Amino acid sequence: MEISQSEFLHLYYFLKLTRALEERVTTLYRQGRIVGGAYTSHGMEAISVGYASALQADDIIAPFHRDMGAFLVRGITPGEVLAQYLGKRTGPTKGKDGNVHMGDLKRGIIAFVSHLADNLPVATGVALAFKLRGESRIVATNTGDGGTSRGDFHEALNFASVRRLPVVFFCNNNQYAYSTPLHYQMAIKDVVERAKAYAIPGEIVDGNDVASVYLTAQRAFQRARDGGGPTFIECKTMRMHGHSEHDSAKYVPRELLEEWKKKDPILNAERRMKELGYAGEPEFQEIHMRVEREIETAVEFAEQSPLPEGSEALEGVFAANPVEVLI
Amino acid sequence: MTTSAIAHEVTYLEAISQALDEEMSQDERVFLMGEDIGPYGGAFRVTEGFQDKYGEWRVLDTPLAESGIVGAAIGAAMMGLRPVVEMQFADFISCAFDQITEMAAKNHYRWGAEVPLVIRAPFGGGTHGGPFHSVCPEAWFFHTPGLKLVAPSTAYDAKGLLKAAIRDHNPVIYFEHKFLYRRVKEVLPAEDYIVPIGEAEIKRTGSEISVITYGAMVHVALEAAEALDQEGIDMEVVDLRTLSPLDTDTVKDSVRKTGKVIILHEDTKTGGIGGEIAAILAEECFNALDAPIMRIAAPDIPVPYSPPLEDFFLPKAHDVITAARQLAAY
Repeated sequence: MEISQSEFLHLYYFLKLTRALEERVTTLYRQGRIVGGAYTSHGMEAISVGYASALQADDIIAPFHRDMGAFLVRGITPGEVLAQYLGKRTGPTKGKDGNVHMGDLKRGIIAFVSHLADNLPVATGVALAFKLRGESRIVATNTGDGGTSRGDFHEALNFASVRRLPVVFFCNNNQYAYSTPLHYQMAIKDVVERAKAYAIPGEIVDGNDVASVYLTAQRAFQRARDGGGPTFIECKTMRMHGHSEHDSAKYVPRELLEEWKKKDPILNAERRMKELGYAGEPEFQEIHMRVEREIETAVEFAEQSPLPEGSEALEGVFAANPVEVLI
Repeated sequence: MTTSAIAHEVTYLEAISQALDEEMSQDERVFLMGEDIGPYGGAFRVTEGFQDKYGEWRVLDTPLAESGIVGAAIGAAMMGLRPVVEMQFADFISCAFDQITEMAAKNHYRWGAEVPLVIRAPFGGGTHGGPFHSVCPEAWFFHTPGLKLVAPSTAYDAKGLLKAAIRDHNPVIYFEHKFLYRRVKEVLPAEDYIVPIGEAEIKRTGSEISVITYGAMVHVALEAAEALDQEGIDMEVVDLRTLSPLDTDTVKDSVRKTGKVIILHEDTKTGGIGGEIAAILAEECFNALDAPIMRIAAPDIPVPYSPPLEDFFLPKAHDVITAARQLAAY
């Protein structure tokens, strides 16, 4: 199966948009304009862009903090992202939460919490709801290599497999969980080996090849939709920035970063598109300019948006609750 | 109650089953998850026969993994279903602490996602369960904004509060007291009813001393009140029923009337809910108090197993009577 020109152009646009947006986040952070932490998926954009693009409109994602591309593909705008980072009322959490902690059920996005892998059991419950109602929807969820050490990861995979739930688990294996390298995180070489214990089919893909991620995700999603149950997809990549933007990541060998720089997902995509005759420099430049304009608009939107009033902190602890008496 | 039916008494446990059954039959969004709740019917047989009636998927036996169960229930709830999770024992809720406090409790506040989830937590001692089958864990969650907590003491409240919890749009932890399962019973209305979350109830009206309590201790307080009545001490028993959000109005009204108060709970004393109630009364009813606020609670130890030890641990009517006499003489 090969990827069409329009599909590839879509993927490329979101790779560029994600990169440009997060580069702006880094700049704003360094300028001291972001009040909290800043987390990017720099060098790993192909994973979230790839899997999110393979979903259908009414599917659900339960992402994590290296999934900016997935948020954008699902319709969160760069302006909303920057508003969230700046603590503005126009962000998806109206200033209640920061950075990539965003969700919107209307756009099929479940917000994650900082406790990694917590979203995986939640994703199995989303899939369970689809199964109970006989819907052909599926859910995609993602966590890092570090997150796979959590009990919730294992509880989720086990439950999903036992009940053959329509959920696809991704692992962004970027080789470091904060400063902890993979070999101190687990004694196995490939994270995908964890899936074997749950009788879940596992695949390894090049996480810096957006087309591979997209096509592999598509197959796994179809399988889940057809009642075949969960798949585990390990996406091998490299975290090119620190854990967050305050972290210089001195603990990562420079040679390793140099090596992975050559495998940059955007360069990869451009190479492949040229080979396929889908696009060349003029098209890349055009998309680049379009993305730059969108980011400028987004910054303007975020900066002009109002901050919340302090007392808005008290709102929304509970859902408004008209007591439903059903009979 | 129809005239043709013979009014029969329903136990606290049967009341819970009835609430689940009625809500499941009238709302197809309601489904159950938990360990051994299917063919086995649950450790306490609350869901006996449910799987035959509602099928394997609406009465879902899960792996032994409380965090995974609660996480999945949160996901299903956000998709519009109404999951009711059974913790086999409330003690095991500690395994699901993270999902409850970080995910369920904060979702609506952070991004507006409703989590209409009920977690049934069979709690409390008096059944020789030892340190891991007896705990009263409500204070852990009392300190967590975004959760509702209820703890019925009667069959009527058990049914009405569970129905209200299932119909609520928020996560509710439903603390059902194991000691009461088969020990309290009453005739229940035939028609559908709920007990609104957030409303305490005066279980016994009195004029001299207020006892503020909940769960199995309501019966301890009532027993003490009957004994004190013989001595001419008139005690009021306030059953909180909902622990969060607290019905502080009912508590304060009672204390303003009597001027003397005992706060009674089975949970251990330090950091228990009683401390918060005492603080509210000290802040807001200081001028109405005619005597120091008294707290009766279990000592700050794990729940011990051996009968003499557990007996020592649990607050008794005798403790309430002693405290009431001191207050009456104050």
